[in-house]
Amino acid sequence: MEIAEVDRIIDQHGADPSALIQVLLEIQHRHHWLPRAALDRVAERLGVPMTRVRHIATFYKAFSLVPKGRHEVRVCLGTACHVRGADRVLDAVRDATGIRPGETDPDLRFSLETVNCLGCCALGPVMVVDGKTHGKLSPAAAADALKSYE
Amino acid sequence: MARLHSREELEQLRREILARRDPGQRCIATCAGTGCLAGGAADVVEAFRRELAARGLTDKIALRGTGCHGFCEKGPIVVVDPEEIGYLQVTPADVPEIVERTVLGGEVIDRLLYVDPQTGGKTVREPDIPFYKHQQRLVFGANRKLDPRRIEDYLALGGYRALVTALFERTPEQVIDEVKASKLRGRGGAGFPTGVKWELTRRAAGEPKYVVVNCDEGDPGAYMDRSLMEGNPHAVLEGLLIGAYAIGAHEGYFYVRQEYPLAVENLGIALRQAEELGLLGKNILGSGFDFTARVHRGAGAFVCGEETALLLSLEGRPGEPRPRPPYPAIQGLWGKPTNINNVETWANIPRILNDGAAKFAAIGTAESKGTKIFSLVGKICNTGLVEVPMGIPLRDVVYKIGGGIPGGKKFKAMQTGGPSGGCIPEARLDLPVGFDELTRAGSMMGSGGMIVMDEDTCMVDVARYFVEFLTEESCGKCVPCREGLRQMHRILTRITRGEGREGDLEALEQIAETAVEASLCALGKTAPNPFLSTLRYFRDEYEAHIREKRCPALSCKALIRTWIDPEKCRACMLCLKKCPTGAIDGGKQRIHVIDQAKCTNCGTCFEVCPTKFGAVRKLSGVPVPPPIPEERRTVARARKQDE
Repeated sequence: MEIAEVDRIIDQHGADPSALIQVLLEIQHRHHWLPRAALDRVAERLGVPMTRVRHIATFYKAFSLVPKGRHEVRVCLGTACHVRGADRVLDAVRDATGIRPGETDPDLRFSLETVNCLGCCALGPVMVVDGKTHGKLSPAAAADALKSYE
Repeated sequence: MARLHSREELEQLRREILARRDPGQRCIATCAGTGCLAGGAADVVEAFRRELAARGLTDKIALRGTGCHGFCEKGPIVVVDPEEIGYLQVTPADVPEIVERTVLGGEVIDRLLYVDPQTGGKTVREPDIPFYKHQQRLVFGANRKLDPRRIEDYLALGGYRALVTALFERTPEQVIDEVKASKLRGRGGAGFPTGVKWELTRRAAGEPKYVVVNCDEGDPGAYMDRSLMEGNPHAVLEGLLIGAYAIGAHEGYFYVRQEYPLAVENLGIALRQAEELGLLGKNILGSGFDFTARVHRGAGAFVCGEETALLLSLEGRPGEPRPRPPYPAIQGLWGKPTNINNVETWANIPRILNDGAAKFAAIGTAESKGTKIFSLVGKICNTGLVEVPMGIPLRDVVYKIGGGIPGGKKFKAMQTGGPSGGCIPEARLDLPVGFDELTRAGSMMGSGGMIVMDEDTCMVDVARYFVEFLTEESCGKCVPCREGLRQMHRILTRITRGEGREGDLEALEQIAETAVEASLCALGKTAPNPFLSTLRYFRDEYEAHIREKRCPALSCKALIRTWIDPEKCRACMLCLKKCPTGAIDGGKQRIHVIDQAKCTNCGTCFEVCPTKFGAVRKLSGVPVPPPIPEERRTVARARKQDE
């Protein structure tokens, strides 16, 4: 990630300590993770110590300090999905991808996350891959759906 | 649009908008809420756009993408106005026919209508569908009538009229009195009287004062704030403006989860439009009142729904709650008096000003007034968002609105109040909905999740699930929450694995008591609720797990075995082909048998076995019968001859 781009984001939000979370969210959003160089720049320009930048980056779940895979898989474990068998869907996704929630596989093909509610409970159990919703999943259907992502 | 300088100019604009609109005009309204979008609504809207363009009808027929209608179970939803013909589960392939027959021909297409599962009868008009008929959609109902990205739509429905009333006809104190008289209580969970909170903030020493919208809706299975924010952002903004005027605040924040991109987007558009019209900024409508609003995206922390954590997060810090008092009304954002209300609370304000406090308070129970939006999800036929008057019995919500439990299963419990709420059993289903009523039953209102559970749901597992959720979301600042929840989770997990022992329940109760008494914020104080309420009503399930190593709901994987009933198996090979571990032995006309050593209890065979056979069964607390002898495994046809 170019430092100039980090600077542009900071300029948009204002180089103020209160903008820290919004600036990091923007970097995360555009880059899919928070590289060390970007964090250094943010700390310097916003005038906050690195300890606080890291505290924020690890406290909030939206941030990642490691690169993400090509496809972001989010399995909903919200209550509605849970009572409809989301656990077994997650097991199937883990088997199919070989990774656990929070991990990325070595080929950078998939990153797996669990989320608490996607707001489409009628379709539960639900999994979202790169923004596309796969609903009413059985464990087998979840594993099948992942095959089409290279 | 030009900036408006007075209330007269606003009314003039409203008249112009209404004059341009023909109430009899054909309009195709497609639900573009998150649920329907996930079900493919965007493709349906696009198909309509193309179809209308191809027929040269773009200027004659209005096409509107609206907020969530609520009946998510049957999305994507399309309503053809002015008749309000409701079409359900519409796909792009249906679009040409809808345009040809309904929009142009005025005919109703039977197969897209709502079908009553019991009688088979069909419902033509959307509001007549039983799911809607038993609701009172005073706040949420506008969603269906407007495009959240067009302020004109909101104005056409009388939008910002309540703001005019407040700014020009009421003093701030009168506004507060009106809200107090309405007895509106906070919709975010705690149920604190809104007017009282406003008054505290107004009277608190210190300037400037702030107002905040809490849209950090984190309860899994609850999405009503999201749908309001996505579907009717101007109603929330209007409520916020009125509150700011009453409290004496000139700056406000919308705290919206970044997981709600559509809410962030629609809100941003709404704020820009309001600013263009002069409904935000300096000297609003020439009243002399100034107000600016900013959007802050939450970065994913459940605890930030707690107000002190939320405020720290707004300041760019980690959201770790601090002890109250001082309450935010006295010392909030940047140490200044701050009034925080939930999305739905703010959205109720315009109605109170428009209709008067008496009309608002005419609905509900003695202590809980108005309507409340719930997200009705889980094992329920009609999943969706429902708005009901306070005081309605839970039974009516489940059966009249929700249509009961799918698959002929038995209702077991309704979980309300989110992860910190509790479970209400069948015996208490006649309980009227209200803040105090639910608390007395061992649960709580919370922000409005209603998760229905049936006989297949294990209540011990449900408690484990919620405690796990809260263990992960605990910010870690105070010990009773951080360590107590972790221990509770450990014990509950053991019990669901069949490793429970005598004394576990007592230990759990003791830890729960400590967490309730000694935690810093509401997250820890209420975290043991799911355990305590399930223990109160379903102690027998806990005891079955601990003493008999049996899961009565046949849900806990470690306590069940999957078995094929040789009397029922027709050797159809479906499960055999689908089994991911190759644990099923069998063949054409050879009864299938599960190799228990290889089986992982994933449940795939259970799901694929045709209902008419129902041969795959789950067993718990009883030994798996030995496999039948080889010579008797061939087959169905032989058996038929026997008969």
